[in-house]
Parts: sequence; C-alpha cells; structure tokens
Amino acid sequence: MNMVIGAFTMGLILSLLSLGMLISFRMIRFTDITVDGSITLGASVTAVLIMQGYSPLTALLISVLGGILAGAVTGILHTLFKIPQILSGILVMTALYSVNLRVMGRSNIPLLDVKNISDFADKNLQALVGSTNLELLSWQLSVWDLAVFTSSSVVCILVGILLWRFLLTHFGTALRAAGDNPQMVKAQGVNHQVMVIFSLALANGLVALSGSLLAQYQGFADVQMGIGMMVWGLASIIIGEALVRRAGIGVAIIGVVLGTILFRLLIAIALRWGLNPNDLKLVTAAFVFMALVAPDGVRKVFNKLFGERRHAAN
Amino acid sequence: MLQIKGATKTFFPNTANEVKALQNVSVSIKEGSFTCIIGTNGSGKSTLLNAVAGTFLLDNGSVILDGHNLTRSPEHKRASLIGRVFQNPFAGTAAEMSIAENLAIAMKRGQSRSLRQALSRKSRTEMADKVATLKMGLEDRLDNPIGTLSGGQRQALTLLMATWVRPKLLLLDEHTAALDPKSAAKIAELTSQIIKTEKLTALMVTHSMQQSVDMPDRIIMMHKGKIVEDYSDERKHRVRIPDLMSAFDRIRKRELFDETVAEMVMGQYV
Repeated sequence: MNMVIGAFTMGLILSLLSLGMLISFRMIRFTDITVDGSITLGASVTAVLIMQGYSPLTALLISVLGGILAGAVTGILHTLFKIPQILSGILVMTALYSVNLRVMGRSNIPLLDVKNISDFADKNLQALVGSTNLELLSWQLSVWDLAVFTSSSVVCILVGILLWRFLLTHFGTALRAAGDNPQMVKAQGVNHQVMVIFSLALANGLVALSGSLLAQYQGFADVQMGIGMMVWGLASIIIGEALVRRAGIGVAIIGVVLGTILFRLLIAIALRWGLNPNDLKLVTAAFVFMALVAPDGVRKVFNKLFGERRHAAN
Repeated sequence: MLQIKGATKTFFPNTANEVKALQNVSVSIKEGSFTCIIGTNGSGKSTLLNAVAGTFLLDNGSVILDGHNLTRSPEHKRASLIGRVFQNPFAGTAAEMSIAENLAIAMKRGQSRSLRQALSRKSRTEMADKVATLKMGLEDRLDNPIGTLSGGQRQALTLLMATWVRPKLLLLDEHTAALDPKSAAKIAELTSQIIKTEKLTALMVTHSMQQSVDMPDRIIMMHKGKIVEDYSDERKHRVRIPDLMSAFDRIRKRELFDETVAEMVMGQYV
C-alpha cells in the first residue's frame, strides 16, 4: 500500500512536469531538453530557500520563476538567435548544471526536519485521525504519506484546471495553433516567436514547480536528479495519449496526469519484481523509442490491455 | 490604397543561385479594386504578393497600405490590415484544431488575444450562420478537426477566415491552383462573391488565364521580376485570353535575343 501511495504521489508530482512538456512538446512542438536542467533548478532553489528559513510556498513560487526564466532563455536562443531547438535546450540545460551547483553551493542538499509544503495537510490530517498512523482496510499508512499525497493532488488539480481554462482562451487557442501551423498564425496576426518563448517559459515553470515539490517529497535536492526527466515525461505523455486517445484539451490534461501516475506505478512494480534501478533509464528510452516508431502498435497493445476506447473526435 | 514603390528583392545575392525576383517594381492599387497578377513561373508574381504580406523584407523600395508604411513591419503586424489565402489549402488552417477554434482565431485577426474563453455560445451561433453561407454543410461540423475536411472545404474556410475581420487588402496566392477543377471553380466563385459583397480591395496571383479574364478588373503581367503589361479599365474589358497569350509570346520572343541586341533590334523593327 505504501508503494502504491508512493507511486501515486510521485506520479502526481511528476505529472506537473508532463503537463509542462504537453505544452512544449505537443502543443508548440518544441523538443525541449531544458527540462532536465529546470527540474533540478526548481529543486535546488527550493532546497536552498527552505534551508535559509523561507516559507515553502515562497520557495515554491521563486522556483517557478526560475523555471520560467530558464524556458524563456531557451526560447530566445531558438527564436532570436536561430539556434536549432535541441541545441538551444542542450545549451541551457548544460548551463543550468553549473547554475544549480552555484545555487546549492554543493552537489546535494538534504531537507530533513525543515518546513514543508505538506505540513499544513499533515497537521489537519493528524488532527482528523488522531495519530501519525492510519489503518485503512488493514493496511498500515503513515499520515505523512497521505498528507503529501493530498497536497500534491491539490496542486495538481489546481494546475490542471488553470491550464485547461487557459488553453481554451483566445490566447491559449492561438498558442495551440502556433504549434500546429506557424504560417497560419502569422497570417492571423500572432507573433509566433513570442508564442514559442511564452510556451517554453510556461512549460519550464511547471517543470520547476514539479522539481520543487519533488525535492520536498524526497527530502533532498541533488544536482544529478534531472538526468533523463525529459524522456520520463515523454513516456508519460505517450502512455497518457494511449489511454485517452485524441480528445479535447480537458481530457488530454487528465490523460497526461493519469499517464504519469500509471508510468510511476509500472516503474514501482518493475522495481519490486527485481528490475535493476540502473537499467531504468535504458528501459524507458527503449519504451519511448518503440512508442515513437510504432505509435499505432503501442496504442493497439494498450487497447488490448485496457479495452477499446471510443475515438473521441471532439 | 496600396502603393508599392521601387520594390527590389534579390534572393541568394552574389552566389551562383542569385535570383533577381523583383526589379524596381512600382504599382499602385485603388481602393475597392480587384487586381490580378499573371506571369510565367519565376516571374516574381508570388514574390510581389509575399513582399506585401511581409514574408520577407524588401532590399529596396517601400510598401504603403492605407497610409501605413509597412516596409519594415513583420508579417504578424501586417495581418491586422491584410487577409491572406495561400496556394496550399492546408496552409491557412490549423489541422488538428476544430473548425470553431480556427474561426475563433480568425475572429481576432490582428487584435490582442485576451484571456477570455475563445468559444462562447454567442460566437458559435455567429460561426454557424456564417459557415452556412458556404453551403457546404460545415455548420453542423464545427467541432470536427479541420484536418478531416477536403482541400476545397478548407480553402473555403480559409477564405472566410481571411475576410472575417474586414481586411484593408485581401491577398490570394494562386489559391485555387491546388484544387480539383470543380472545387477550384467553386472557390473562384466564392472569392468573387465575397469581394463583391464586402467591397474588398484584392490582389490575386493566378496561373489560370480564364480566371484572370473573368474575375478581376485589372490585370498585371509580370516577367523576370518586372511588370511588363498592365491592363486596366477599358483595356481590361476588351482583353481576351488570346491577347494575353500573344503578349506572353512577344515577351518570350524578345528573350531569344541577348538583352542589348533586343533593345537595338526592337528600336528598328517594332
């Protein structure tokens, strides 16, 4: 049960990263590897600020600002200086490695016995339950785990709803069209470059938010923690799309969240079955490769596993 | 309305592939007129249209539309004054988005895009009414992805989108060339109808002699980056396809000579 709650919490936190990548990778169609650096940036900024006694919420917001800045730089490198997508991302990601070391002053900061964004939920749940442990259907459950799960859900639902409403606005609609057909949006008076920069800023802001929550959940920030995160995000998005198929924005957002949770569950199960954690990134990369090469094949497998989904065109 | 003065553009300058696409082209277009540009491949007719649309900036010369000097403005800024339909029927719409969402984008052409919801019940009714005028039955399919429609249907919607917010100038870049004959005729008819009822100023590039004789009230013929013929008013009314063909022939014959020889011989024999 702890494993399941853990995978769910991890999935909810990382679904913020996947939602960010939904904007960059799927909507504005930018293969943005800045993600690997900006999630660590979110974590390291949060760790340093919390250690210095700032409130977790302040730390969270400043982390998001950091992510926004990192994404905007990648966007500017690509649009203003005409550097190819991947290379812009690699440059910023590489630069962020040093930035993160500078921010933290060392390669690793543990966050033990400090304030946490989930403290509020923890206090209330403890008051409700009356102890630090809870027995649910004969499973032992720590209230702390439940608290983190609750606060992650709240953040995730809040971000999901805001993102959903945003993407349906005039501005959000133009953003989605900008990825779909750059020529068309220019002819309709949309500044395509600004849209790319904005999308990457928003995407990496969400990624940094994910990093901030991740550091608080794991209890540490590490300069290496971002490696492979982009591929994990891709895998989650692909699983999510296989779950809901092509559908409206709201359903797509739910799909990505569910996809990330499912991905974390699959990983947790694989690890319990004895998968060497060192092989995790290889397995993920292979999975994304298969999904990219044979999307229909993967979809078919999913349809077999989870039942045929109706093709929702609208 | 539209003044192009001394427009000059050279692509790949100082290389083996140098193309003098526009050579000191000046033309003025009156408000409410429908002008058609014809010419051989590589004559610079699409380049002239793109120079107005702002796809690239001119090396020399100026573009002034309705008193606004657009010479240095980027493409997206010009969109507040200019509506465009492209040759590729897939270029004017976002394939994965619904008809309604595409129209919502067009309803805000050249305006700031707010954080209000793009689709309201009111805007949907307005869309359905206007789409119904196309008589394609698309008003019942507003939520379908636009990528599921045929080229002709998409081009009709692009035309609607280009003119939804009344443009000062409508640019049509061979917008029927990639369609099957039946759709092409339908789009041509729709184009004439919209331009007439909305009293639009329009500039159209076409390969079709028939269209250039039937649709506009002025024909400009281009060759090698220069304007070589200009049929307007009475002369346009008299011009028929054979006249245009012989004009093309004259230009081609002139080409057989070296440019300097041609000048010399022309003086003596023509």
